[in-house]
Amino acid sequence: MAEEKKDNLVTVNIDGQDVQVPKGTNMIEAAAMVGKEVPHYCYHPKLSVSGNCRMCLVELGMPGRDRATGEAMLNEDGSPKIMWMPGPAIGCGTNAAPGMHIKTDSEKVTQAREGVTEFLLVNHPLDCPICDQAGECTLQEFSSAHGRGAGRFIEEKNVKPKRTKLGPRVMLDDERCILCSRCIRFSDEVAKDGVLGFTDRGSYSTLTCFPGKQLENNYSLNTVDICPVGALTSTDFRFKMRVWFLKEVNSIDFETSVGCNTSVHSREGKIYRIKPRRNDGVNDTWMPDSGRELYKLVEAENRLTSCLVDGVAATAQDAVVRASELLNGEGLAVVGSGQCTVEEQFVLKAIVDSAKTKGAYVVARYGEDDGILVSKDRNPNVRGALMTGLINTLPEEQLTALGAQIDSGEVKTILAVKEDLIAAGLTEAQLSKVTIVSLDTHSNATTAKAKVVIAGLTNFEKSGTLINQQFRIQKFNKAIPAAGSAINDLLALSTIQANISGAEYPSTLGSLWNLISESNSTFEGVSFNSLCDQGKELDSSAFDGLAFKEGKSLLFDPKQEAVAAE
Amino acid sequence: MAIHPKEHRVVLKYADEPGYTPDIDCYMSKGGYETLKTAFTKKPEDIRDEVKKSQLRGRGGAGFPAGVKWSLVDRKSGKPIYLVCNADESEPGTFKDRQIMHKDPHQLIEGMMISAFANDVAQAFIYIREEMPKAAKILDQAILEAKEKGFCGDNICGSGYSCDLVVHRGAAAYICGEETGLIESLEGKRANPRIKPPYFPAVLGLYQCPTIVNNVETLCDVKHIMEMGADAFGKIGRPNNTGTRIWCVSGGVQRPGYYEVAGITLGELVYDICGGPLPGRTIKAIIPGGSSMKILRNGERFKGKNPDGSEYDWGVEDIPLDYDGIAAAGSMSGSGGMMVLDDTISIPAALANLMSFYSHESCGQCTPCREGSLWLKKITTRMVHGEARPDDVDLLKSVADQIAGRTICAFGFAVAWPVQSYIAKFEEEFREFAEQQSNPDTDRSSVKELACNHG
Repeated sequence: MAEEKKDNLVTVNIDGQDVQVPKGTNMIEAAAMVGKEVPHYCYHPKLSVSGNCRMCLVELGMPGRDRATGEAMLNEDGSPKIMWMPGPAIGCGTNAAPGMHIKTDSEKVTQAREGVTEFLLVNHPLDCPICDQAGECTLQEFSSAHGRGAGRFIEEKNVKPKRTKLGPRVMLDDERCILCSRCIRFSDEVAKDGVLGFTDRGSYSTLTCFPGKQLENNYSLNTVDICPVGALTSTDFRFKMRVWFLKEVNSIDFETSVGCNTSVHSREGKIYRIKPRRNDGVNDTWMPDSGRELYKLVEAENRLTSCLVDGVAATAQDAVVRASELLNGEGLAVVGSGQCTVEEQFVLKAIVDSAKTKGAYVVARYGEDDGILVSKDRNPNVRGALMTGLINTLPEEQLTALGAQIDSGEVKTILAVKEDLIAAGLTEAQLSKVTIVSLDTHSNATTAKAKVVIAGLTNFEKSGTLINQQFRIQKFNKAIPAAGSAINDLLALSTIQANISGAEYPSTLGSLWNLISESNSTFEGVSFNSLCDQGKELDSSAFDGLAFKEGKSLLFDPKQEAVAAE
Repeated sequence: MAIHPKEHRVVLKYADEPGYTPDIDCYMSKGGYETLKTAFTKKPEDIRDEVKKSQLRGRGGAGFPAGVKWSLVDRKSGKPIYLVCNADESEPGTFKDRQIMHKDPHQLIEGMMISAFANDVAQAFIYIREEMPKAAKILDQAILEAKEKGFCGDNICGSGYSCDLVVHRGAAAYICGEETGLIESLEGKRANPRIKPPYFPAVLGLYQCPTIVNNVETLCDVKHIMEMGADAFGKIGRPNNTGTRIWCVSGGVQRPGYYEVAGITLGELVYDICGGPLPGRTIKAIIPGGSSMKILRNGERFKGKNPDGSEYDWGVEDIPLDYDGIAAAGSMSGSGGMMVLDDTISIPAALANLMSFYSHESCGQCTPCREGSLWLKKITTRMVHGEARPDDVDLLKSVADQIAGRTICAFGFAVAWPVQSYIAKFEEEFREFAEQQSNPDTDRSSVKELACNHG
């Protein structure tokens, strides 16, 4: 056995292989560290251990000690004699102790798994053909991997409630439920809204909400994600698409500065759902329900699918050329956005520098935080605007200063990017005094007044980076193609910059990042292509003096890292 | 009620005396609470040592040594230590604790206060089965009386030691009697047993504090150990099986009832004290310690080696009536609920009855017990309803094997052991039954009635 190197590491033996693991590591995690999967339903690395599904049973042994002398018992070859427990133990509830041995693939273990699998199926409706979970169902996978392959149950199955509305977004089929209690523990421990519980006993146990309560908190859909079967389904996604047709693309929830990591699921250019993506440094495996609905922006009624010049549909090329002409005059102000990507903000800063600009603004959005994964700052990338130098102070919610500049005649032209100037406090009268170029995704009061409207992309239709509350730069990727003849925002802005400056300017992420990392020391060594999925925390010391409303630390405290699958 | 000469009454010494009432004056007239008074002259650790020395084993079911249980309590955590009396007597066939609580409640309170003092407990509970409302009332009254006289509550017997005692009505489920299920229920939650590790009651029990859970009879025995001394107590019964035990005998005997005995055989209890089978019948089998324990077939021989190397060869009537004796015969003395099955009983129908009970009482937490117990009920019910198949016997056994030892608490064993042992000992009868009951012309009314199973 390898010697204990550090105090916090213990050596355990998994199927004959010694491995050093941190003290307290459970055997599901320890096995995962050596690439062995211990199947489990109720265990979730981010929730408390309940130990009820009994799928993770393993054989457990400890080095024997002579009762009389207390001496270690040895085999003939001098190795420690392992005393195996007569019954199996749950991997999730068994924490590493020095010299612990487990077997994850012995005959006994295989039989235990077969037994549990058979039991889970006896009262299961086996309605996989019409079940939304089919294809990503743990019960399906484990029945195939660990089941006996034949049924012995000839009795009548239990009848339980179906189509129970647990809340506005979650539907329950109790017959599919395997009573693992993950959803209950999630509601209690993470969402802090303990509305779920079991009623009745034994095989008739039924998941339900407490009387007079609903599962309606902003995290309710996480219960659907962690449900290992099709018991909990999303009202929005139900019966819409078989999951195996869906293409998954990494993305970021852009509703607040937390920057929950997400995965966007689409088929043939249409998004069907958004799910959280695990990042142990940000959101664990969770995300708010509100962020899952953002894909509806893509096909919203007021979506801009075509550019406009003087109110007439125009090609993107013509719109950009016209915009460049208008912006190259006197008295320009740039209103950028905390919704823009780092790259867009960088190009905007370049435009600010090369045009005769009278001011650069970003509009702040604030709301109440929920203590979990929704922060006060409802812009995903105010940090980006600061780090690219587009702005140097925290943004205001109202563009009062810009209003004064318009009133005084100092500002005559405005480039508004992803912001509605009316919503940000300017008046119709003020907008009438200036020439507006608007780059946006949806029509609003500003696009209605704009001389040139450039139809841009939502974050689902492009790639880019955002810098979250922790100054962690994270990237997201294009999930679906652009709507109509909308133009990539970055291409539009880079072209405008090239036109104004009269010099070439990079317009793709790769080439632009060469420029960004060269010209801005904060981003030294960063590039879009090399940025990993977990993102990278940047040096934020230059911004220590700024009083961010939501602070630098997440309110949510991610759990320690775990390697086992959820 | 005449006490049989073979009985050895200690705990129930006065309970059935004519004129003995559950009030405190009656208890004190028999020397009640004198032991508690003297307990305060001793150090708590000395009392704990005395209990350990007495070799007292738990009377609730598992037979774990009470003194050892106490010694496992985490006394360094800085958290309060709780004492809980497990009065959730719900194992079918067991009705001894109810007698104590109904007839001699102060004995329990005295035993609890001594145990509480010995373990530095400031808050004790009696978790009483919901279906015992009368006992709960009696205990509430007794606690009031004891508090008035200073034997419970603040400054007990003027010693400066205080311990409150509360009666908590149970949540009406069998599983509430499982130690950690009881603790969950006492905390106001569903009585789902906790995983061990880490939730050993002695360390992380009630409200995550060290907790002692003892059976009613066990706590009464503590009083008698302190009264007579560990040595005298140890002389009752056999070593490692010290003290008396109250057995509850039901079923096919002439005089069913509860009997406090020590150092006798199973035969002496069943034939001498209980008068043997009803006229014209013979004893077919005996379930020794509550319905979940493995069945003993009359006529089988129980052979093995004693720890001293000598061999034993017993018939069912020769089995020493204590923990080790019944364990040597392959079963357990459990909660002391002995059921005698005579030759009129169909074993498969009895099993159907039991499975009906256990599937109803599974808490539903662990997959094997939850799904397995109901499956077993469905199979046995189908069998008594005339749709038995020859392969059902093997299926029953296989399902039971898939439950045993794979659950959080011992309930999995409680479901599996009857199935495993009934089939092991009466396989012929099961196979004949399956054969016969699959015949549509068979009259099944008596079997269905015995199985208490009409669904």
